[in-house]
Amino acid sequence: MLPAVPLQSTQDILPLWAALAPSILLGLTAMVLFVIDSIKPEEASNALLAGVAGAGTIGAAAIAGWYLLAGTGTPETGGAISLYGGAIVVDGLSLFFTVIVGSVAAMVTVASYDYLQDQQHKAEFYSLVLLAATGMSLMGSANSLATVFVSLELASLPSYALVAYLKHNKGSVEAGLKYFLIGALSSAVFAFGISLVFAATGVLGLPAIAEALGDVSDLGGVAALGVLMIVGGFAFKTASVPFHFWAPEAYEGAPAPISAFLSSASKAAGFAVAFRVFAVAFPLEAIPAQVDWVLTFQILAVVTMTLGNFAAATQENVKRMLAYSSIGHAGYALIGLAAISADANNGATMGASMAHLFVYGFMNTGAFLFIALAEHWDVGRTFEDFDGFATHAPVAAAAMTVFMFSLAGLPPFGGFFSKYALFAAAVQSGFWWLAAVGAINSALSLFYYSRVVKAMWLNDASTSFEIERRPVGLYAAIVIAAVGTLLLLPAFGPVVETAQSAAAALF
Amino acid sequence: MIIEMLIAVAFVAALVVFVAPDEYAGKLAFALSLLPAVGSLYMWSGFDATGNALTGGTLAFAEQFEWFTLSGYEIQWLTGVDGISLPLVVLTTILTTLAIVSSWTPIDDRQSQFYGLMLFMEASLIGVFTALDFLMWFVFWEAVLVPMYFLIGIWGGPRRKYAAIKFFVYTNIASLVMFIGFVALVVATPVTTFALPEISQALRGGEIEGYLSLSAGALRTFAFAAMFLGFAVKVPVVPFHTWLPDAHVEAPTPASVMLAGVLLKMGTYALLRFNFTMLPDVAQAYAVPIAAVAVISVIYGALLALAQQDLKRIVAYSSVSSMGYVILGLVAYTTYGVGGATFQMVAHGLISGLMFMSVGVIYNVTHTRMVGDMSGIADRMPITAGIFVAGAFGYMGLPLMAGFAAEFFIFKGAFESTVLSFAPLFTAFAMFGIVIVAGYLLFAMQRTLFGPYEFADDDKYEVGPAALHDTLPLAVLLVLIIALGVAPNLFFGMIQDAVNPILQTGGGL
Repeated sequence: MLPAVPLQSTQDILPLWAALAPSILLGLTAMVLFVIDSIKPEEASNALLAGVAGAGTIGAAAIAGWYLLAGTGTPETGGAISLYGGAIVVDGLSLFFTVIVGSVAAMVTVASYDYLQDQQHKAEFYSLVLLAATGMSLMGSANSLATVFVSLELASLPSYALVAYLKHNKGSVEAGLKYFLIGALSSAVFAFGISLVFAATGVLGLPAIAEALGDVSDLGGVAALGVLMIVGGFAFKTASVPFHFWAPEAYEGAPAPISAFLSSASKAAGFAVAFRVFAVAFPLEAIPAQVDWVLTFQILAVVTMTLGNFAAATQENVKRMLAYSSIGHAGYALIGLAAISADANNGATMGASMAHLFVYGFMNTGAFLFIALAEHWDVGRTFEDFDGFATHAPVAAAAMTVFMFSLAGLPPFGGFFSKYALFAAAVQSGFWWLAAVGAINSALSLFYYSRVVKAMWLNDASTSFEIERRPVGLYAAIVIAAVGTLLLLPAFGPVVETAQSAAAALF
Repeated sequence: MIIEMLIAVAFVAALVVFVAPDEYAGKLAFALSLLPAVGSLYMWSGFDATGNALTGGTLAFAEQFEWFTLSGYEIQWLTGVDGISLPLVVLTTILTTLAIVSSWTPIDDRQSQFYGLMLFMEASLIGVFTALDFLMWFVFWEAVLVPMYFLIGIWGGPRRKYAAIKFFVYTNIASLVMFIGFVALVVATPVTTFALPEISQALRGGEIEGYLSLSAGALRTFAFAAMFLGFAVKVPVVPFHTWLPDAHVEAPTPASVMLAGVLLKMGTYALLRFNFTMLPDVAQAYAVPIAAVAVISVIYGALLALAQQDLKRIVAYSSVSSMGYVILGLVAYTTYGVGGATFQMVAHGLISGLMFMSVGVIYNVTHTRMVGDMSGIADRMPITAGIFVAGAFGYMGLPLMAGFAAEFFIFKGAFESTVLSFAPLFTAFAMFGIVIVAGYLLFAMQRTLFGPYEFADDDKYEVGPAALHDTLPLAVLLVLIIALGVAPNLFFGMIQDAVNPILQTGGGL
């Protein structure tokens, strides 16, 4: 156990801004990558770039993890650390999501080392990933609608470019354009929502909004409309209904490591900001009656998980199936916002959702990185193309089996406990029907996840492909993700307890 | 710590074998599987538990660690054995080692993956029989399915994919139903833990409240039904048995041995631990329908076996029949009934393992299992045929073999049951099953093993004595079966000691 370093109370050890060190480190790493690239634009070595990017992301995740263990920003050490006039806060929630974003970004950069072998503009790729990661980690810290919007855009703009990174590939460019157009639309809706809330309350800071909402007199309807539009902005970022339809296109067209990054880290960051905004700015006891965002999220959760699962079941393309499964998982995580009521233990529910996103960060990233490995070998895209894959690469196939069964929520893997915790929390808050819909969807999902497993292990190889080279970086990232998914079964306790106490601090 | 060491050794052995080269995988797996086998025998010799694990008895080799707290419920790593679970742990480790040896001949493809999965399954099975925290137990329970799915699906017969998926879907849905039933029960009980001993004692003490507008009584009945359904698929009892013949016929021989020998016992073990220990009053209230299901399983399973032409199908259906006896013993609620049922789990594990292995050895040589394709095999394979005959007599309940002791205990216990109405009638019907068993086994042996030697594919395959490493596991099993038949007290004493507390407060004795 690390020594407790309560930053707030012992400012003589570390300056206050050091609480933001993970985000700062991510941003600085992006700058360093630019510098390396501008010194030697033609011959910057892939290994150097990947090494710097990997070190930066691992460092950020490690610092955030250390702060989290040390109790930085928790009520025990003096509460959330407020910076820049309250526009940014560092507390358990922001650190928890920074750990998710940092570890996913680390796996993605390590895997990209091989994926980018034959591509140009490697430095831009890594620095865009780092910039997006900076934005995502700030999203968890944003405590004012202004910083929420800015960090959201900082995460989104590099993402658009990254999806279209394979610029000689039509699919990639098309996906980037679709992602950008829908992203721009949802940003506009989101910004308009912010302006409506501002019109009703006159403030942008999240705690201040909560105070002002108690007395909006006849502007309650305006505020309600604003909240609804803000929900739309989050739906885009988390790939939930009704702004989900960019996800299959973008995830399928994007380079597979970017699909992994967007579907795990970007989604988690979207939830981070949603959790904070709705728990702090629109708490149930303060909002006017017209602003029933809990009902909105209940509908969205049910529709999102059902739609994601049924659409995934009909896919023939594995990457697209994973994209829809990612929508389904957004639906499960939405339970954290849907199973909220005035008299329930909301911290436990939201914390369970955070813990699910944490486990999801490993298993889903691993699954998409497996696709990256398959693309690297030109295996093909449909389920049939994976026939007999296990005879060629048993270790990678075993890792993919772990991801698939864990995503389905089968018990010997981390995904079982995270789903169980989520549904149990929903039942305890009295929303047993949400848990029931989730459990039924989860049982159905085994159908399409097991198709991959069946193809890899049970079916005989129909087409033969040659494995010339076993990429070290991709393999390492996949194995790390698989080990993480397995270890999160015995180690789920600390994760869920940290998440639940971090979430409880918001209420 | 010895339980943790057994699980860890088997798990690490699985990883090692998984990456070992194919040529050595079988031998390496055998050598590594000896460690848990010896460890479990050491546990048997040092066994010092008294009473039942779930009714406040003292456990042997118990370990307890805080794991984490989830929505107010404490989840622990809680292991230990009592007189019910220890025999099953010993059965698991011994049968795994023998099944690994019996795989040397038939498994000639992707060996390291095969043996790795066998050892992974062993680790999970030990966990199932030793875990005493519900969530931890459930993790192991489900972890058993994954390797069995692959064992059937990769190394099975022509329809292996269908059989593997049917097995997986049936047992997974069953697990979900059971899980919901039990969790509903826990939520309605004033406990703050998933530790089975505490839940069991709270339930037996009647500390249950209504939940979701269900009264306490309705909830208990609902939970009992959900858990019974979930476990009945696993056992399996008629009418939930249809996955079993498919799985058995397609599975490679060693997987069949594990499936019939140990995996079916998971279902009866769980029935005993959950339904019959925690909710004895519900079990007794519905004793007649449960006994009816048991007797139907016995008779219908035996009749189905009578109609088969495939040796493996014959043995598979006879498992349905034998598991029916176990249910009958459980529902009787007498020391010989429940104790005999537990003894039958071990006895049937050994005997059905022996039968499947013998059929496998014959198949290795003849490449057919159809009764009509061969006759007079004893002429060419005298030792295998001899052991086959001995095993079949064990199945029929020949005195001084384990099957006799088990079935005798069950019939004695069921006959004198005070809880079950019409107990003598049910017992009499169930005993009729033995006649059918004798009928189909003798008939099948007469046609295949005896008579003049004839074999449909004589020009293709040379029929001769099996290799030593094929017959040795059979001989070991036969010795164990006779040993348990001559001295049932090797296990029966500890079983009775663990069973009696269930009955004392449950009202049977």
